[in-house]
Amino acid sequence: MATISPRARSGRYYVIMGFLGRLLLNLVLLSFSLACLVPFMVVISASLTTEEALGKYGYTLFPREFSLRAYEMIFTQANLILRSYGVSALVTVVGSSLGMLVMSLMAYALSRRAFRLRQGVSFYIFFTMLFSGGLVPSYILITQYLHLKDKLWVLILPGLVSGWYVLVLRTFFQDIPEELLDAAKIDGAGEWRIFFQIAVPLSTPGLATIALFTMLGYWNDFYTALLYIDKPALYPIQYMLWVILQSAEWLQRAQQEQTGMTVQIQLPVLPMRMAMAVLAIGPIAFGYLFVQKYFIRGIRLGSLKG
Amino acid sequence: MPADSSAEIAPAATLARPFASLPRRKFKVWLRDNGAPLLMSMPGILHLLVFCYLPMFGIIIAFKEYRFDQGIFGSKWIGLYNFKFLFSSAVAARITRNTVAYHFLFMITGMLASLIIALLMNEVQGTLRARFYQSAMFLPHFISYIIVTYFVFSFLTLDNGIVNRFLVRLGVQPVSWYSKSQYWPTILTIVTIWKGTGYGSILYLAVMLGISPEYYEAAKIDGATKWQQIWHITLPMLVPIIVIQVLLSMGSMFRANFGLFYNVPLDRGSLYPTTDVIDTFVYRALVKSGDMGMSAAVGVYQSVVGFILVLLSNWAVRRVDPERALF
Repeated sequence: MATISPRARSGRYYVIMGFLGRLLLNLVLLSFSLACLVPFMVVISASLTTEEALGKYGYTLFPREFSLRAYEMIFTQANLILRSYGVSALVTVVGSSLGMLVMSLMAYALSRRAFRLRQGVSFYIFFTMLFSGGLVPSYILITQYLHLKDKLWVLILPGLVSGWYVLVLRTFFQDIPEELLDAAKIDGAGEWRIFFQIAVPLSTPGLATIALFTMLGYWNDFYTALLYIDKPALYPIQYMLWVILQSAEWLQRAQQEQTGMTVQIQLPVLPMRMAMAVLAIGPIAFGYLFVQKYFIRGIRLGSLKG
Repeated sequence: MPADSSAEIAPAATLARPFASLPRRKFKVWLRDNGAPLLMSMPGILHLLVFCYLPMFGIIIAFKEYRFDQGIFGSKWIGLYNFKFLFSSAVAARITRNTVAYHFLFMITGMLASLIIALLMNEVQGTLRARFYQSAMFLPHFISYIIVTYFVFSFLTLDNGIVNRFLVRLGVQPVSWYSKSQYWPTILTIVTIWKGTGYGSILYLAVMLGISPEYYEAAKIDGATKWQQIWHITLPMLVPIIVIQVLLSMGSMFRANFGLFYNVPLDRGSLYPTTDVIDTFVYRALVKSGDMGMSAAVGVYQSVVGFILVLLSNWAVRRVDPERALF
């Protein structure tokens, strides 16, 4: 297969070429890695500077004039922003716990070979991944029939069950030896007890991966709020960030309407919204550092089984 | 094709059988074995019924002149009027073209970038540097499109943006990026590569790790260079997965990422010629201009074509590698 040049090359030539090759390879990987990190640095730097410095020097990699005022203002003057964090945190915690409960129960039932409706229910789930009614019918259902517009539940309920996650969870439960579960059954344990005391503890890594993705989905969700939330008090953080990017003055105005009094201080809006973005990235970056291994394993599982 | 789908529908048809004409005692036995799992899957079944199946029937809205005060059943039937209106306007062609063209653009560039990164990462496997590279390249995947919008904004905003400041320093006129639509195909491609390459490379890397080292050892004994090893061993081993990826992605050709096309270009009207896709149009028609009929018609168009594409792509995948077919 390989044609070797008849003029044999000296060992030194290969050593040098090998070194240059590795150098080039690492340079490419290093520059792409840094390119992935640079935007984070720009936004962090913009959040740590003053409004004037931002206007004078523009966005930079490092803050030219260091200031923590943006963060100070968020924590003391802008309870609307803090509230939106609260909304996102609440929705994330309630939505992912409830969702994980519903999805893993369903997945466990589908993993039981004795369950006669197994295939029927699997297809019922699978079909939702192939076909959807589109946006308009969902929108009318949620606003006109379920009356969920401007309710906190609308941020939680529509995305509670993902067919894809149920099918992935099912494969985790299927990995548990059937004999183990049958033995528990012979000893008199009911399906519910087997689920909570045997199946769940034995599938913790898989469940944790899906739980993390579910939490990420809720924390990053913007679309649901765009469609169904008009009240500023119910804005999740991602939607708050969008509204403030569209209109820098909105925050000052909304804050006044909310508290009913004029805010004396002129808010440093430009660094403030960058500080908000940093605070919205915060939990993800923080969690990411700890669970990276889980994530990578989960992705490998998902992509290979998919 | 029809044979495949009917084979899948068959198990669903057996759904009714366990209930039908069984004596009470047999039913009790059935319930003892199946009651708990059925109850366990009930919350999920009900959720999908309400949020996925009910809206499917809502497709009839596209064939009606929907009015909020009259509801779905009270509104007047108008047949295919909404669709005639849609396809006689320039909009249908524009959003279809944008959605499909971007799909191919992102698929090709994204796949190339992921493959290159995976090939390079394969050479540094297991080192401390590799862990740093991987952590850095993965991070963008977990960030919401709103945050990505902030990132892009800090680079492209007119007066303070990094790119324009740089252009000014070079003595070039700054560019009003958010009003010039011709730049956006490039910008959006860079954004998707930035966000998706690290994550996308995992799949190829996993396949590369599975290639037996014996092939490389044999090649080395024959005096093959690194390039020859990549060209003659690694890439051929990757061909099946690449083919599968291309075919699978055909199923989502009619679906675009809302966040990427709505948020990142800041929903600027002047950018619509190159940023308006099916998903953003459906949203705007529904919420901004309140044109329910148009929005519903585009939604049905997307769902139906999307469904056909998924079936076709699955059929093609099944022919290449039945193991990887979805159904």
